[in-house]
Amino acid sequence: MANPLAGVHAARHRLKESHPLTLLIVERLALSVLLLWAVSVLIFAGVEALPGDFAQTYLGQSATPQAIANIRADLGLDRPITTRYFEWLGGVVQGDFGNSWASGAPVSEQITKRLGNSLFLAFFAAAISVPLAVGLGMVAVHYRNRIPDRIINILSLAAISLPEFFIGYLLIVFFAVQLGVATFPSTVYDGMSWSERISAITLPTATLVLVVLAHMMRMTRAAIISVMSSAYMETAELKGLGAFKAIVKHAAPNAIAPIVNVVALNLAYLVVGVVVVEVVFVYPGMGQYMVDAVTVRDMPVVQACGLIFAAVYILLNMVADIVAIVANPRLRHPR
Amino acid sequence: MTDPIKHFASRVSAHEMNRREFIGRSMAAGLTLAAATSLYGKSAMAQEPKRGGHLKLGLQGGSSTDVLDPAKSSSQFTFAMNRNWGDTLVESHPTSGLAVPALAESWEPNADASVWTFKIRKGVVFHDGADLTIDDVVKTLNRHTDEKSESGALGVLGSIKGIENNGGDLVLTLSEGNADLPLLLSDYHLVIQPGGGYDNPNAGIGTGPFKVDNFEAGVRATFVKNENDWRSDRGYVDSVEMIVMNDATARMAALSSGQVHFINRVDPKTVGLLKRAPNVDIQTTSGRGHYVFIMHCNTAPFDNNDLRLALKYAMDRETMVEKILGGYGKVGNDFPINETYALFPEGIEQRTYDADKAAFHFKKSGHDGSVLLRTSDVAFPGAVDAAVLYQESAKKAGINIEIKREPGDGYWSNVWNVQPFSTSYWGGRPTQDQMYSTAYLSTADWNDTRFLNTSFDKVLLEARAELDQNKRKEMYRDMALMVRDTGGLILPMFNDFVNATTNSVSGFVHDIGNDMSNGYVASRLWLNS
Repeated sequence: MANPLAGVHAARHRLKESHPLTLLIVERLALSVLLLWAVSVLIFAGVEALPGDFAQTYLGQSATPQAIANIRADLGLDRPITTRYFEWLGGVVQGDFGNSWASGAPVSEQITKRLGNSLFLAFFAAAISVPLAVGLGMVAVHYRNRIPDRIINILSLAAISLPEFFIGYLLIVFFAVQLGVATFPSTVYDGMSWSERISAITLPTATLVLVVLAHMMRMTRAAIISVMSSAYMETAELKGLGAFKAIVKHAAPNAIAPIVNVVALNLAYLVVGVVVVEVVFVYPGMGQYMVDAVTVRDMPVVQACGLIFAAVYILLNMVADIVAIVANPRLRHPR
Repeated sequence: MTDPIKHFASRVSAHEMNRREFIGRSMAAGLTLAAATSLYGKSAMAQEPKRGGHLKLGLQGGSSTDVLDPAKSSSQFTFAMNRNWGDTLVESHPTSGLAVPALAESWEPNADASVWTFKIRKGVVFHDGADLTIDDVVKTLNRHTDEKSESGALGVLGSIKGIENNGGDLVLTLSEGNADLPLLLSDYHLVIQPGGGYDNPNAGIGTGPFKVDNFEAGVRATFVKNENDWRSDRGYVDSVEMIVMNDATARMAALSSGQVHFINRVDPKTVGLLKRAPNVDIQTTSGRGHYVFIMHCNTAPFDNNDLRLALKYAMDRETMVEKILGGYGKVGNDFPINETYALFPEGIEQRTYDADKAAFHFKKSGHDGSVLLRTSDVAFPGAVDAAVLYQESAKKAGINIEIKREPGDGYWSNVWNVQPFSTSYWGGRPTQDQMYSTAYLSTADWNDTRFLNTSFDKVLLEARAELDQNKRKEMYRDMALMVRDTGGLILPMFNDFVNATTNSVSGFVHDIGNDMSNGYVASRLWLNS
């Protein structure tokens, strides 16, 4: 009898020959689903392991045994952990993330708003910081070990060395308290006009740009310099290409893989890792939302946030890999 | 009026001095208590409230899990938010702490204080236009006490056995006499809602001075003036905006840049810096919350009263107030009651740091070696520092305290009320009876000093049903002395509530009931221009 998997293997081989990129994406997507499932198990177990359940932590000091018992019965917390997990999983598979235990409102409804706020802030921070970092990196390479390179390095390293909340406080003190030109607090809410929103996020965006700039800029500089020392760059120089043109045309495409990876990591950070900046600027994003939910063990909300955060990381990493492969054909046919 | 007193009065008018400070200093300058009290009233009322404008508050304590349902209110933010749109049957007086009428016009107990009759105010209208009826009141109390209740007030109302409508009056029947019942009904969870809030507990419809305009949990809440308010002495501004600001520095920055008019929870460590801002007034109010060191009276070595007394005398209270509270607090006397409570027992000698007495009792206890104290900064802000200060002052009396720093997560379930000697925090209660019943009655769940004293229990239950205030006061004095001299409580300090306003608002009332002018801050403040 032939191995039943043999057909699958053959198909996979044919696909690898004809559409290597499609196969990669399909495989990665399948793996992502598995990864997300593992994440959901970990989060569920983690929250269960924390001392105190929702009923206790939500009622706090005013808790009485009867009120706690009533909440547990109401939410079904008295049932075994596996039953509760599979019930939740069943809902998610059908696209239903359930209701928040604390507010009783649908999780998806609340998250849409918070996620929108987080993406809004991350988008502007990325739109400014990515071109700026890559551009500054190229400028730094061009003036390698000269004054402009040194200044760019010192300033961006200084910015990354300060904790993000401290940069935030500095910006608040100068621009909001002393000069009074910037909007603070950065709270955004329904019914705010577009220009009001932009003005509200000015300071947090500036903080985030300063925080992520150095990492991407340094990687751009290092990657290009390593490419610059290769033989084909010498050829480009010998055939008479200008220095800047050589960087853009020959060095950058070859250096793109490491740069894109760092950019992807920083973008993911901008979406999921900015809870400190949110708190300092009083910005209603996903980070604070999840922390609030963890504090009272509001499981459906914690789970939904965790899955979204994991999905953002997985997706951005996948995009980074694909971009690297597209930019560099050698990676498509690993030996 | 003599000159210094005149000066104090002008500072009261300018809201630079609160009632306690004013009366204290005026009496020191030769005024009688009655005269000082009435003079304070005149100075504070000297300003006529202005109406209109948009009031903004930056508040600590909000979370995206908050809801409008008063039964589930547990954060500082929802506490102040629900005060805006809802009313309780009874309120507590800002300075005396006694029960004053709100949605209940008047009340009458029977002879043993076990059956109470409340007259409900007529002509009060809910935000949705419906009249307030006795039915709404009965259903509200039912919702907080029935067998399915998830209310934070369930513990407070445990002794209520019957809630009835008797010809339009509310009749409450208790399982035992309780002279303090009206004050229990001032609990902030017990907001009267149409139909008791059974249909939609999160509707935010009440009888308060402001109507809910928009509420986004963990972000902000906005309110507009209720034009049909049944009271004219509150709700001066046209609209209110409450913004959740959980970061202490963000609150300070927002206040000093004039973006908000009021903030709560000013950090004692940085209040000195905030004071320097030219547009800011610090508003401190004596509170009932207290930072404590608790010993289990039934666990060795703390089952020896001489050791407990030694540890009490080894506490340097003045230094604690100065270093841990930044001066914003009062020294404690090892019983959980201060002068903000009605029927405060007077004339009990203040216990002070006394290394000789501490050494004497320590020697008498026969205890050998060190004493283990468990602490964590979640017990109260600065608890670890306080433990180290305590270690120093005890060392001078020859007592060696060993400090064990415990992890913050799980402190309340693994250390507090479990380990024999630890640091902790108690918020106050509306009455002495409730404070003692919650934590000092032998059978109380939260008897965190394991104070098992049958004669104390007996006096506590007798005092609860005693309607003669003089007799009751005497009983509370006996109870305070029992806890102070034989209990396991070391109470070095009561913390003040430290809030701050910009100088563009007036009307802040220093309400001893709770933080943020007992939650009524938005309905009491007005904008100067």
